[in-house]
Amino acid sequence: MSDVNTDYQIVAFCCQYCAYAAADLAGGLRLQYPPNVKIIQIPCTGKMDVLYALQAFEAGADAVMVAGCMPGDCHFLEGNLNAMRRVERVKDLLRQIGLEAERIKMFHISSSMASQFVSATEEMLRTVEKLGPNPLRMNGKASRKETHVRRVS
Amino acid sequence: MIIAEQKPFEEVKSLVGEAQKILVVGCGTCVTVCFAGGAREAAILAASLRMASKLDGDPKDVTDVTVQRQCEWEYLDTIAEQVNEADLILSLGCGIGVQAIAEHFPKAWVVPGLNTSFLGLPVEQGVWVERCAACGDCILGLTAGICPIARCSKSLLNGPCGGSQDGHCEVNEDIPCAWQLIYDRLKSLDKLELLSEIRPPKNWRTSRDGGPRKIVRPDLRLCEEE
Repeated sequence: MSDVNTDYQIVAFCCQYCAYAAADLAGGLRLQYPPNVKIIQIPCTGKMDVLYALQAFEAGADAVMVAGCMPGDCHFLEGNLNAMRRVERVKDLLRQIGLEAERIKMFHISSSMASQFVSATEEMLRTVEKLGPNPLRMNGKASRKETHVRRVS
Repeated sequence: MIIAEQKPFEEVKSLVGEAQKILVVGCGTCVTVCFAGGAREAAILAASLRMASKLDGDPKDVTDVTVQRQCEWEYLDTIAEQVNEADLILSLGCGIGVQAIAEHFPKAWVVPGLNTSFLGLPVEQGVWVERCAACGDCILGLTAGICPIARCSKSLLNGPCGGSQDGHCEVNEDIPCAWQLIYDRLKSLDKLELLSEIRPPKNWRTSRDGGPRKIVRPDLRLCEEE
């Protein structure tokens, strides 16, 4: 984990009943996950708003992960299913804006799935490493080219 | 209520053009309820425009504000200062809201962010359907509360036509035949005799055929100053 580029910022909106507890358990089990992940606890992924994700990207986040309960296990019955549809909406908006839709992804992680939480964060980091930093953080298109050159070199 | 939907993002971008300081104005009434142009949609569109313009190498100053109703001068007065400071107003109101802004702020350049679609209602979460054509001469009292003007594809007054198939319209099988609905409902209410009378051609002068419409209520008008 020592070679992780800590410049990358991944915002994780985690449901307090599952993924947030899984992250907590990962800590308890001393499982290491990328330090790039900044967790925001939400009462249910049903609280996840399209605007939250857009604000994260506008503020410079390289990726956003939304982690909720397993399908059928939502504490509020279907908050996680609503979140899935909103994540799809954000993907559409990102494409229109000019960002890659892969920068946001929904995960289903129960409170006992600490290792799966770690895998999810590592997957998002790999995605970000492949896509490069959020060009909005680097002042738009010109910087996106520079970023590309820098990554290739 | 008025149902609308947002224009494609590319069209919005082209309408915005070269303007640098943009004010997205949401409306807190009909278009909020149909999730097309309320405070949240205004914030999402403003954020999207800020990000897209930055990625295009021409970052724009995009802010958003939502008024309770774009179609009343009193509410528009509350945003006069912001309107005057902006190069362009992107209205997320219905067509009435856009025109109200244009009329109230003669120097403002206003463009629409929505396509105003129809008068209707949400029949379930996320699904809106047309229910009224604003024809100006309501006949719902004769048709069991089901409007053949808005819901029959041909706006027939004496239906159904031969295109009614198993309760569906020939235009599209997803459209229920309005006259089948009217028949079924009149039958369930034991009022089928209403169908025995042939309706004469409708007087369309109360609709758009009479030109732009206007209602004046002398009892509600304010006294003119002497």
